[in-house]
Amino acid sequence: MDMRRWTPSLLALAALAIVPFASSQIEAQTPKRGGILKYVVPGEFPTMDGHRENTFALIHPLAPFYSVLIRVDPDNPNSGTYVCDLCTEMPEPADGGKTYTFKIRKGVKFHDGTGLTAKDVEASFQRIIFPPTGVLSSRVAQFTMVDSVTAPDDETLVFKLKYPSGAFIPALATPYNFIYSKAKLDADQHWYEKNVMGSGPFIFEEWQPGAFVKGKRNPDYYHPGKPYLDGYEAIIAKTQTLRVQAIRGDQAATEFRGIPPKARDDLVAALGKDITVQESDWNCVLILSPNHKAKPFDDPRVRRALSLALDRWQGSKDLSRISIVKAVGGIVFPGHPLAATKEELEQIAGYWPDINKSRAEAKRLLKEAGVPDLKFTLTNRSVDQPYTIVGTWMIDQWKQVGITVEQKVEADGPFYESLKAGKFEVGLEFNCQSVVNPLVDVSKFRPDAGDQYSQIEGKDLVKLHEAMNRTADVAEQRRLMRQYEKLILDEQANNFVTLWWYRIIAHRSYMKGWKITPSHYLNQDLSGVWIDK
Amino acid sequence: MATPMATVTRPAASAAEEAPPRPSWLGALWQFCRQNPLGAVGGIVVIIMIGMAAFADVVTFYDPTRNNFGAMLEPPSTDYWLGTDQFGRDLYSRIVHGARTALLVGFVSAFVGGTVGLILGVASAHFGGRLDLILLGIMDVLMAFPLIILALAMVSIFGTGRFNVIMAITIPFIPRCARVVRSSALAVREMPYIDAARACGFSHARIVMRHMVPNVFAPYLVVTTAAVGQAILLEASLSFLGLGVQEPVPAWGLMLRGGAQDFAESAPWVAVFPGIAISLAVFGFNLFGDALRDWLDPKMKI
Amino acid sequence: MLVYVVKRIALMIPTLFGAAVLVFVLMRAIPGDACMLRMATGGGSIDPHVLEACHAELGTDQPMLVQFLAFMKGLLTLDFGKSQWSGRPIMHEVGLRFQLSLQVAIMATLTAILIAIPLGTISAVRQNTWIDYVVRSFSIAGVALPSFWLGILIILGILITSKALWGSPWMPPITYVPIWVDPVTNLSMLIWPALATGYRYSAVATRMTRSAMLEVLREDYVRTARAKGLFHKLIVRRHALRNALLPVVTVIGIEFAFLMGGLVVTEQVFNLNGLGKLFVESVQNHDYNMTQALVMMVVGIFAITNLAIDILYGWLDPRIRYR
Repeated sequence: MDMRRWTPSLLALAALAIVPFASSQIEAQTPKRGGILKYVVPGEFPTMDGHRENTFALIHPLAPFYSVLIRVDPDNPNSGTYVCDLCTEMPEPADGGKTYTFKIRKGVKFHDGTGLTAKDVEASFQRIIFPPTGVLSSRVAQFTMVDSVTAPDDETLVFKLKYPSGAFIPALATPYNFIYSKAKLDADQHWYEKNVMGSGPFIFEEWQPGAFVKGKRNPDYYHPGKPYLDGYEAIIAKTQTLRVQAIRGDQAATEFRGIPPKARDDLVAALGKDITVQESDWNCVLILSPNHKAKPFDDPRVRRALSLALDRWQGSKDLSRISIVKAVGGIVFPGHPLAATKEELEQIAGYWPDINKSRAEAKRLLKEAGVPDLKFTLTNRSVDQPYTIVGTWMIDQWKQVGITVEQKVEADGPFYESLKAGKFEVGLEFNCQSVVNPLVDVSKFRPDAGDQYSQIEGKDLVKLHEAMNRTADVAEQRRLMRQYEKLILDEQANNFVTLWWYRIIAHRSYMKGWKITPSHYLNQDLSGVWIDK
Repeated sequence: MATPMATVTRPAASAAEEAPPRPSWLGALWQFCRQNPLGAVGGIVVIIMIGMAAFADVVTFYDPTRNNFGAMLEPPSTDYWLGTDQFGRDLYSRIVHGARTALLVGFVSAFVGGTVGLILGVASAHFGGRLDLILLGIMDVLMAFPLIILALAMVSIFGTGRFNVIMAITIPFIPRCARVVRSSALAVREMPYIDAARACGFSHARIVMRHMVPNVFAPYLVVTTAAVGQAILLEASLSFLGLGVQEPVPAWGLMLRGGAQDFAESAPWVAVFPGIAISLAVFGFNLFGDALRDWLDPKMKI
Repeated sequence: MLVYVVKRIALMIPTLFGAAVLVFVLMRAIPGDACMLRMATGGGSIDPHVLEACHAELGTDQPMLVQFLAFMKGLLTLDFGKSQWSGRPIMHEVGLRFQLSLQVAIMATLTAILIAIPLGTISAVRQNTWIDYVVRSFSIAGVALPSFWLGILIILGILITSKALWGSPWMPPITYVPIWVDPVTNLSMLIWPALATGYRYSAVATRMTRSAMLEVLREDYVRTARAKGLFHKLIVRRHALRNALLPVVTVIGIEFAFLMGGLVVTEQVFNLNGLGKLFVESVQNHDYNMTQALVMMVVGIFAITNLAIDILYGWLDPRIRYR
């Protein structure tokens, strides 16, 4: 069957084939069975419900318990191809690209012994796409093209779309789309917020809040031979230094989010061949969001000045030595065919090649707006890498055009509370996506997006974005993307992109069968991971 | 620090052996140093810290917040006496300016907390009765919380940042001082001169301010000095946890957070010097406070 | 004696009640609430109906008085209900951390005693000599060294030393195992934070031992003993130390109570899942039930320890009579 008829996958393929590089040789050994994998996780999930949460701190410990409908190819996660997990074959779209019919595997069992059918898959996607009142779903916006999802029988699942869309299949492959048991959901839609029961490669054993999540091998797993591990232990460790030390002292094999270059160098120096490093560009970027309802940030000149003051090109060189950020880019994952080229970027305010000219313009704008000695508070997340590091760097950059900034750092909860309630002046937040799919990834910049905190207005953005999503012509998509980007970053100065992240994973060399991807959400079900000791 | 010392009368001056007559406060100082060599060391540290904080702009050569990636993680040298951090900021400048943050938080919260405690303690002792009972009850409740826990709760209410941290540290100190002052004030209350003052028909305010407060000044001073050291440490702890002062403000606890730990091995100066600064400051204030207590009020137990 | 104990327990009630009122008010003074927080971290915009339902579920829509009465009822029946964050029974959540915190507190207290009593005694016996100064400096340094800094240095020291000794770096375990399950793992994890905090907490006890010893050494019976020609060491050990122990027991006792909930920083450095961390997290999560339960526990332990100290006083010093 033809995997490549959806343009975005083709684009993703083109992009990703170049981007990631792994310093480890791709191992050709046959996997060994057994062993417990221990790894550290930098945070803890607020609830256990994948459908509602956005954090990797849920994916890393809990993804191995669940099956999904489709996923990125686990053997080749950077190829941009999608393969079946619970379905038997990737479907051919029918009805002019508006109907997708999936056949569901037979004989799959939930960990409680009940059988998994298309009805369970249907119930799960109903909950994700059309959440009942009182249920929070984080991914409603990704499925705006879906008209209905039905399961005519136990083996068939049908998605009907309102219009053909290249964003549909990547949205399905989002790793948060856990398949839940219909029986459990029928009894209580909130059951999965506090409980785990899936059909994935590992069976939930124990969660000790604040400490760890343990899983054991699912002997009835439907992918033959897998998983290889007897079990795993995801240890919650909130300080970065301690996580790196744990890897160094072999209390953990790795950490799956990403560590700064310095930590990598220390580990390699201390462990030599016992440590393996894999690196990749990262589909994550820090977004600077001024609150358009807070004076003087209602004035686009002031907002533009914020961006003009940042020397991104030099910042990239400097910060990539101490932090997990690296590439300069616009709103699209750098290196992707839809991303702006360097020449195109240099036309946008804040990306000008001459920083002195840029800073002079920033000062001029501030003066013109009547705030030559602007003072404000930057609301930031209390996560050092890369939030407070980049925040501290920006404050120094702003100081050079006469802006005085105080940094206010908050724990995740209060931080999002401030953003959502509009109780901030300028916030530093992020856009992190799993499957590289710029058409969907840039929806964050729409005024109606759930995670758009700047309180912006702009119907033109919605129109542009929808036009981009409905066209199949790549050149047209690219043209619209440039317009969309220029509007957001420059003309309307709504939100600003700072620097894109760079993912470095250092793992104990005995851990095999894991490949880095541009997202710390992807390919984390551990079914192919094994230990070679 | 020298001024309040002079206002306090020493109990039982035992040292007549000092030969050359000096101005009285110099003599007292000499006495203090001789009897408490450790206290003298503490006093010197305290004076150095205050000097650093007061003249931070004069004695440093770099802007403590200015990034300079060209000089990132430089080891100590003649250009950068204590090296630079991961942003290329001069550690010496940051530590000296950090003294300002530390002492500001330390002194303000200790003295404000101490003074409110002084007023409450004296008032509680003077008026007695129900007021005393209620105040004592509240103080007991507050004292049952570990210091850091109370400070953390306060930070949650007020938020982070320099001013809020001062508030968060001040409040837990109030009961600690009030308790000590109250017990001294209870003894003072029974003194004949207070009775005399009362008999003269002096107002409550006059009795409290003119007669009681000066006589409980010794324990007040001792508790407060000890509190400065504690407050510095508490601020450092809060900042280390990310709940206190925030980047890029130079503050010692903050300097030990994140980067400093990551670089502790390959660039040890980043982690060593701020730690030494905190330890030295707290050490100094504690030694000084201990000596002050021995000297002013050897029987006092805090 | 019994009458005294009963009286003391009765006197604990107002303190506990005051603490209950205080924590109840303080928690609600923190801006935000658990429901907003849950909605905030998840995706999508906040639906007011969902928020309302969440408040109803957690009981935070009830009038303050009703909430307070429920808290009081929980306090009396020792059933604090469920965590408003994790949704699990509070006793279960606290139980998990209690073992760890208790063990660290006991180990740290033992360390503190082992450091404080010999050092304090030496310091007193050799008052105003260089030994005295060294001991006092050492003990004050314990208070002055920030515990997080000490922790970082300890872990780094272990990693570097172990690599130098055995060729591969070793690190203390980072997940807790109860001592009866695996004593080796348990002790190799907890010994480091216990040493660090024990040293820290020995400072006050050392000072107290020193000053109490100084006082006792001036007492008549010690002088008599000395006049009888008893050996100096014997006097110190048998006569003086025993009587000097009283105030030392007090400070150690009070510190033990604080160790149970106050090791916030140390727990962070060593990745200990203890009560201090639970407290910080539950405050951040606006978990009223959990914070209230924790505070009442810490205050309760504090009050009970105080009582135990007073009873111990009578046992150590028969001169004290309780009425």
